[in-house]
Amino acid sequence: MTGGNLIRAVRALPWSGKIGLALVAFWIVIALTGRFIAPHSPGAFVSYEVFAGSSGKFWFGSDFLGRDVLSRLLVGAQFTVGLSAIAVTIAVTLGTGLALTAAVGPRWLDELLSRAMDTLISIPSKIFALVLVAAFGSSIVLLTLIVSITYVPGNFRIARSLAVGLTKLDYVEVARARGEGRFHIALVEMLPNMIRPLFADIGLRFVFIVLLLSGLSFLGLGLQPPDADLGSLVRENVSGLGEGALAILMPATAIASLTVGVNLLIDAATQGKVK
Amino acid sequence: MSLSPHVEVRNLAVTVRGPDGQPLRIIDDVSFDVARGEVLALIGESGSGKTTIALSLMGYGRGGAAISGLIRVGDATLDGAGGASLAAQRGRRITYVAQSAAAAFNPSRRVIDQVIEPALIHRTESAQAARARAIDLFRALGLPGPETIGSRYPHELSGGQLQRLMAAMALITQPDLVIFDEPTTALDVTTQVGVLQAFRRVVRQQGATGVYVSHDLAVVAQMADQILVLNRGRVREQNRVAALLEAPADDYTQLLIAAAHPVVKAQPIPAKPEPLLEIAGISAGYGPIDRAGRPAYPVLSDVSLTIGRGAAVGVIGESGSGKSTVARVVAGLLAPVAGTISLAGETLAPTVSGRTREQLRRVQIVFQNADVALNPAHSVGDILGRVLRFYHDMHGADAQRRVAELLDLIRLPATVAERRCDELSGGQKQRVNLARALAADPDIILCDEVTSALDTVVRGAILDLLADLRRDLGVAYLFISHDIATVKALCDEIVVLYKGTRVESGRRDGYDTPPFHPYTDLLIGSVPELRPGWLADESVQAAAPLAHLAESPDLCRFLPRCPVAMAGRCDVAPPPLREMSAGNMVLCHRTEAELVG
Amino acid sequence: MSAASTPSLWRGAGRLIGKRIGLALVTLLLVSAVIFTISGLLPGDAAQEVLGQGATPEQVAALRHEMGLDRPAPVRYAEWLGSIVAGDPGQSLVANKPVADIISERLPNTLTLAALAALVSVPFAFLIGIASAVSRGRKLDRGINVLTLSMVALPEFLVATIAVLIFAVELLWLPSITIVPKDPTFAQFARAYAMPVMVLAVGVVAQLGRMIRAAIIAELDRPYVEMARLKGVGPQRLVFRHVLPNAIGPIVNAMALSLSNLFGGAIIVETIFNYPGLASLMVNAVTSRDMPLLQACAMIFCATYLLLVLIADTVAILANPRLRQV
Repeated sequence: MTGGNLIRAVRALPWSGKIGLALVAFWIVIALTGRFIAPHSPGAFVSYEVFAGSSGKFWFGSDFLGRDVLSRLLVGAQFTVGLSAIAVTIAVTLGTGLALTAAVGPRWLDELLSRAMDTLISIPSKIFALVLVAAFGSSIVLLTLIVSITYVPGNFRIARSLAVGLTKLDYVEVARARGEGRFHIALVEMLPNMIRPLFADIGLRFVFIVLLLSGLSFLGLGLQPPDADLGSLVRENVSGLGEGALAILMPATAIASLTVGVNLLIDAATQGKVK
Repeated sequence: MSLSPHVEVRNLAVTVRGPDGQPLRIIDDVSFDVARGEVLALIGESGSGKTTIALSLMGYGRGGAAISGLIRVGDATLDGAGGASLAAQRGRRITYVAQSAAAAFNPSRRVIDQVIEPALIHRTESAQAARARAIDLFRALGLPGPETIGSRYPHELSGGQLQRLMAAMALITQPDLVIFDEPTTALDVTTQVGVLQAFRRVVRQQGATGVYVSHDLAVVAQMADQILVLNRGRVREQNRVAALLEAPADDYTQLLIAAAHPVVKAQPIPAKPEPLLEIAGISAGYGPIDRAGRPAYPVLSDVSLTIGRGAAVGVIGESGSGKSTVARVVAGLLAPVAGTISLAGETLAPTVSGRTREQLRRVQIVFQNADVALNPAHSVGDILGRVLRFYHDMHGADAQRRVAELLDLIRLPATVAERRCDELSGGQKQRVNLARALAADPDIILCDEVTSALDTVVRGAILDLLADLRRDLGVAYLFISHDIATVKALCDEIVVLYKGTRVESGRRDGYDTPPFHPYTDLLIGSVPELRPGWLADESVQAAAPLAHLAESPDLCRFLPRCPVAMAGRCDVAPPPLREMSAGNMVLCHRTEAELVG
Repeated sequence: MSAASTPSLWRGAGRLIGKRIGLALVTLLLVSAVIFTISGLLPGDAAQEVLGQGATPEQVAALRHEMGLDRPAPVRYAEWLGSIVAGDPGQSLVANKPVADIISERLPNTLTLAALAALVSVPFAFLIGIASAVSRGRKLDRGINVLTLSMVALPEFLVATIAVLIFAVELLWLPSITIVPKDPTFAQFARAYAMPVMVLAVGVVAQLGRMIRAAIIAELDRPYVEMARLKGVGPQRLVFRHVLPNAIGPIVNAMALSLSNLFGGAIIVETIFNYPGLASLMVNAVTSRDMPLLQACAMIFCATYLLLVLIADTVAILANPRLRQV
């Protein structure tokens, strides 16, 4: 897409989509720069007052131990956005890859994969994640893998139904009749036509992953101290709820603005195409 | 009868929101009248606006289209100034028969409830009276079991039956105006005749005024009193049917009439060429195969045919005849359960994976629907280039030059190579679709209904192109179609399929005069002719079966519908293959003498 | 054909539903294998875990034998499955009580919470879904769209936190933890459940409402709807008599899906409001790595999900004349 087209596409978005785009862009910038623009070290005890309100020195006040909320928020957002982005990439690559394999592969392989995914999808995602965390613990790497595995079956199901729809189309039949290999059919004939419809699913899955990751952290089962994502920040400052501390409100709002932003953007960008 | 016309339309314009968001006028300055008790046909190609105009007579604009101008039906007008608004008369005094009844019936409700619904909503009569009226209409429309057919669900009924039921629904309120929107386009030609006759009968009987929308001049000639020719949302010509057909004043009308008769490109039938593709005793189907070797859903049984080098063989049949399956089996997309296919003497493996690349190159397939036959993710150049690289290992400038040559061959400018196929028109797509097959330098192209999705005029051009390519390149065709006129215009030999069985085969000229197989006879007799009164002729009265005999896979498949079937012979033994004196092979118990009469 | 359709109607439906039940049972069996493999086989040695790093190899071996860990995996799986089916999934490692006792204490609480949340959510979801579908593309629809889009994206803990802040901290209307007294009066009951139910309902209403809208709109685009309009069918009759009967299949499936999500939401809500339900129990089981308890909880949630889907499938089959007659 050229620059001019991009600008036109942005202009054509409804106002909700523009808000979504602004929020998403904002969080991408934060995710890339958070650690470097944080005014204080996220672990440093900088204030003698806990749950302090907003001040010129500490914009978002201090947390339950007197650390700078803004700095912790910036770094926490990096974890939330970064890990979720990695997890969604893994989930979609695996899900769509397996879906293409099932669609062009031999029948028994399709049966096997579909059966396996149907089984996994029958375990509600949060329950599945809890069982995995209980079994394997929650180091950063494992946690990322766990949330991505949790959302592979959903992506597989959607990608497979798209791919199976495409295998019935004449241009795929023509390629088969020409003698093209499965690899060519999957990657050249089918995948390019799946990307647009999958775009909405990727966004949705990103939101699910952010929610699951921060939900786990909120329960104390996610990221472990000293690392903290946005969910952990809400958890550790829960005692400040009684006084309405910024330390709990800001990270909670941050998660909401991220997920709502992504949702608004996808909805606006796919309006009329995906229901 | 009042003095003013029953339906009056003046300066009708319809505006929709275009793809760029700007208002786009799709109907402009259309005016016409319909007298009480007459039928006006709106005729034109896709995009001519005929359906839009018909719907605007009900004050209905699809997708929020804005209608302006004067429309009056009886005393109902668009803005309600005449006493009632058109919208309020929907389903009551103005009714509609949709193109695809299968889709237009609600799948979860019984048919009778839907047929009498207009009467109930508009309170024209009690449910009981409406039900009785519906049954009368069912009977008048020739529906089987008029008393009980209404209690079925739409999926239990055939397309022809649903179309008749929809007409009953349209007539239940005794409307002032019935709009028929391509009501037989989705039907097989042999089903169409009966439906048209039923429509004509009830319209006459009820004295209804009608607007009949169609792309098919021959159909319209049977149904209408007046014809209005439309092109791109504008009126080209309006006249009485006979006058318009005999002396079309407008050049576009002349073009339409010319395209309705595909002209045989007078290619002489070559003397027995050496055989190229031989299909011997093919049986095929879908689903698991049982112990007797029959698939759960058999499609083809024991089909044989031979195509000579550079020859064109047509395969004709209605939907469900298995004609497309023939192409899929030959292309190796579906393995047959019995029989062999050989190409220039070499036996071909049953599926693509067992064939050599050279064998695959020599047999190419072209599908009906160009919209889904070209990958929208790639440019035309990429699509053709891939074939060149795959079969001929041709790259770079060589490939580019060849792509330009191919585009020239199908009469498209070389610049098309840069474009994606969603930027092309239907006819252009079908040409590119052909070019992709030609890129392989094939010996034979399997054409599966390649002209069926196209408008009449474009269809003619594609047929011309196919004929020229064959003459210039010597490529052979297996040409599959449901339309006998199209097949006769292009092919040397014709095979008639019925329910997966070859019932007749022979040279093109053998299909000019009887004897035919009874199914071929029905097929040829069912194609509407471009003259008024054809439908009323005695000869096309839909022939009823003589004996009601059950169908069996071991007997003649046409038995249940055959007007000349003989109890005691046709229902006991499979039919023999007979050679007629014109050279046609016919699968029938009847002798040549009997078939002529 | 029509005469025969009445008796064959129910036979066809019965066969199809029987097939679905069989499939659900097979899936449940496979699910149990997955859960057992993940939580019972892969994590390593439970005996070592219980005894800690200081234990001698002899002690570990003895406990392994006592716990049956030295037997082959399929045998252990079969035994475990048998005990689950028999309703006695063993001893909780942490509470030192039978798992069945703990669960039978907690399960009714979660079911009550879920049922209340469903009771509140479903009518609202229908209202929202139908209202926005029939006003598709207009202001009302666009407004609802943005609202529900935001609601589905909110984490439960955020909704819960805000609710606590407003109703418990600022207004002092409702308690911030849910304690239901024995034999509660209606007022006590309502006060106790108001917040958790509200928090759960936010997500479910939005999600289900969106899916109902999508199901109705998919039907509104079909030709029979245009035909009905051209027959003069009014908007109300169109939605209730023509569209909804055809949308029942997708709608009941959406309901099954959102109700099972409701159990997922209960994990957070029960924890926040300190509500003694099955979901918070499961979180405790994860924290304390109490595998027998965890496995039993997971199986209950999965079985519930499969049951919901099965009910939805059955309703969809019975509602569709084409399916129930094959």
